[in-house]
Amino acid sequence: MLGSENRNRRRRNIQKVAFGILWATATLNLLALVGFLLFIAVNGISAINWEFLSEMPRNAMTEGGILPTILGTLYLSLGAILVAFPIGVGTAIYLNEFARDGFWVRMIRQGVVNLAGVPSVVYGLFGLAFFVIIMKLGVSIIAGSLTLAAFILPLVIGSAEEALRAVPRNMRLASLALGATRWQTIYRVVLPPALPSMLTGLILGISRAAGETAPIMFTAAVFSTAKLPTSIFDEVMAMPYHIYVLATSGTNIEETRHLQYGTALLLLLIVVVLNLFAILLRNRLQKRYKSST
Amino acid sequence: MKGLKKLAAVAISGCALLASPVFAGQLSVNGSTTVLPIMQAATEAYTNDNPETTFSVAGTGSGNGIRAVIDGMADIGMSSRWIKDSEVKQAHENGVYIVPFAVASDGIVPVVHPDNPVKELTSEQLRGIYNGSITNWKEVGGEDKRIVSISRDSSSGTYGVWVDTVLKGDRVSPTTQLLPSNGAIVQAVTSNRNAIGYVGIGYLNDKLQPLKLDGVEPSHDTVRDGSWPVARTLWVFTNNWPQGETLKFIQYVLHPEKGQKAVESTGYVPLY
Amino acid sequence: MSTSSISSFQAAKKPLISSRTMDLLVHLFFLLVSATGVIILGLILVFLVMEGLPIFDKISVTDFLFGSAWYPTYDPPDYGIFPMIVGSASVVLVSTLIAVPLGVGTAFYLAEIASPRMRGILKPVIELIEGLPTVVIGFVGMVVIAPLLQNVFNLDTGLNVFNAGILLALMAVPTIASIAEDAIYSVPKSMKDGALALGATHWETICGVVFPASITGIATAVVLGIARVIGETMVVLMVAGGAAMIPHSLFDPVRPMPANIAAEMGNAAFRSDHYHALFAIGLVLFVTTFLFNLLASYFANKYRRVGEAI
Repeated sequence: MLGSENRNRRRRNIQKVAFGILWATATLNLLALVGFLLFIAVNGISAINWEFLSEMPRNAMTEGGILPTILGTLYLSLGAILVAFPIGVGTAIYLNEFARDGFWVRMIRQGVVNLAGVPSVVYGLFGLAFFVIIMKLGVSIIAGSLTLAAFILPLVIGSAEEALRAVPRNMRLASLALGATRWQTIYRVVLPPALPSMLTGLILGISRAAGETAPIMFTAAVFSTAKLPTSIFDEVMAMPYHIYVLATSGTNIEETRHLQYGTALLLLLIVVVLNLFAILLRNRLQKRYKSST
Repeated sequence: MKGLKKLAAVAISGCALLASPVFAGQLSVNGSTTVLPIMQAATEAYTNDNPETTFSVAGTGSGNGIRAVIDGMADIGMSSRWIKDSEVKQAHENGVYIVPFAVASDGIVPVVHPDNPVKELTSEQLRGIYNGSITNWKEVGGEDKRIVSISRDSSSGTYGVWVDTVLKGDRVSPTTQLLPSNGAIVQAVTSNRNAIGYVGIGYLNDKLQPLKLDGVEPSHDTVRDGSWPVARTLWVFTNNWPQGETLKFIQYVLHPEKGQKAVESTGYVPLY
Repeated sequence: MSTSSISSFQAAKKPLISSRTMDLLVHLFFLLVSATGVIILGLILVFLVMEGLPIFDKISVTDFLFGSAWYPTYDPPDYGIFPMIVGSASVVLVSTLIAVPLGVGTAFYLAEIASPRMRGILKPVIELIEGLPTVVIGFVGMVVIAPLLQNVFNLDTGLNVFNAGILLALMAVPTIASIAEDAIYSVPKSMKDGALALGATHWETICGVVFPASITGIATAVVLGIARVIGETMVVLMVAGGAAMIPHSLFDPVRPMPANIAAEMGNAAFRSDHYHALFAIGLVLFVTTFLFNLLASYFANKYRRVGEAI
């Protein structure tokens, strides 16, 4: 009796220790994120002021602002989502509304899964060979946007599919039963309730495109431009590439540290705020669906 | 489908708006990030005298600069190295004749941490350090410490000059750290007492100890008169013999009292 | 699009055929749109092959993959990428060793133990980590971890395998945790109840029932985590140190494949041998990650089948 009592206590203690370890691994994520954000925030906040946001770099990029990189990142990520969102939503509509399971659908799905796994630098190579050279777009906003669009396409497709799946099947059946065609059903019944949820994909796509460096390295981003871009065929400076260049290849790495921290903080703010917004939006919508069904 | 057409029309007109016309007074300069500071300073000074001319200057790397000239995407390509055979061939295929202009000289200087007692090397010793046959500072008169050799990335123009003149074609030992820029080497050498690296002469500062090589002190004068052994010429390339605004600008850059002053202000060695 | 569909709706008085043709056209349209992803994937492969294969006129595949010297700018040049393959493998190994226990541990905590409030905090945290710009992660590696490692261990450089491994682990944990959590979460409650009813503690149930039942799902998560790490570029470009050598210790600098492509492409002359060799490295990377993704799909399918059998 006493033996089994002891054994049970030991088993409970083992469980306590094991759960403690699991708790620690999970909490480590939180610590890592908070530490990361705090470190950049503390070091970067002093660099950010109006001049930093609104002026051109000066004196071989050791002084002045980062306006061209902010605009470059804005153009690139908006351009990317402008291309990727319609295609992503279209693909999701086909997969979820038209297609019956078969060879073609399986191929599309496997293709998207594999596309999501392609290394970012390989997207850069593809963009260089296809958009920059073959399509003769040159190193430009348009070439970078198209490369980024390909990069974020799997993400947009995924979230759009999720949004479509959340629309109850009964609504489609009811619409079809009333004599509406499939397209009328999609357009009038399925898309309206799915659209807000698709917005999360849109926001996540913008944020992912804004933060990526490797796909734009050979297709759009340059070390320095003297002017703001005036055409989609201009090369641009971009925030992620700017951080990379200043931190590794700047003329004076230590003297531009404040600019590096400042740019990193701004980029981090943009990406984290967009992500948080998307997460909150999705959680809200999920709750709405749950309560409505 | 009327909606689609309308959308397409809007999109096309949008593109047309975005694509600004290239007007006569605009020059695009593209290429090496080593030459970039010179051209940034020169274009700034030039626009003070010629406000009607506007520039787009972009640092994209020597290869990209030469490619841009061959493809007709840039008026002037900056390069820290001489044009390669494959690029000449490419230009020939495109029906382009590439014209080179030397704009400045650059001395490349071996540097160590100021605490390192070694202040001077022979070119044979330097070659040995980089090809891996010398691995300890005591072999060249220093402390008994392992040598941490640091080099520029193998694709950079600076690396090419180093290999040709210091290593005389030997391979850089694979244990050598490869860093992407002069700035990165400055940082690595200032933070490591056992390190040796090499930087452009404009990057020397008081946290670095430049080394004498075969008794020659690195300076603007020794680079210009050719006695400093590790030097190179910085180039710009144009698509055929320059005309109009491009010619005027290149003449300005080469002028001893104008463009060459800008060269001096950026730490490089002027031609004259 | 919008006006066209409305006009077809209003034109319903006309014979139904137009509406049916419309439906067919719409179907066809979406079919074509949905092909974009596959087409891009195909184009990526085509261009990698087209721009990468010419290097094999100059050097055999074996010499390329197993050659130990990478001297692309010399005359004669050498295009051996073995040190980079080993470099990639070493950072991936280190990061996997760190990320798998952390990721799987996090997944078990989230799926089995965490209170709803804790889940509500940790799930967004993990998603936010996944969304961090890789260049900022690399930047932190350069300014924080590198000097720290260099001073604490008295190293020649803080930019090395270990530094890159830590940061890559940070990026792999969210992938592993979120996918593994789904797998653990979907273990049927009836199985767990059975074990608990037999007197097993919660921890024993996790070890004896939940873990075996979700093992293929966890394997999928780990494989996908590794695939992400193999292709990650900015972190290894900034913190792996850049020496194209075969590392002998955890603190040696290396030059993983993605870093080499990113570092050299800007200076490679267009369609030179160097340019082709860099595309060939891209092809090696593409094929490697492709295989890992196929492996993950294989595990995922198997897991689905196991789930159905239950």
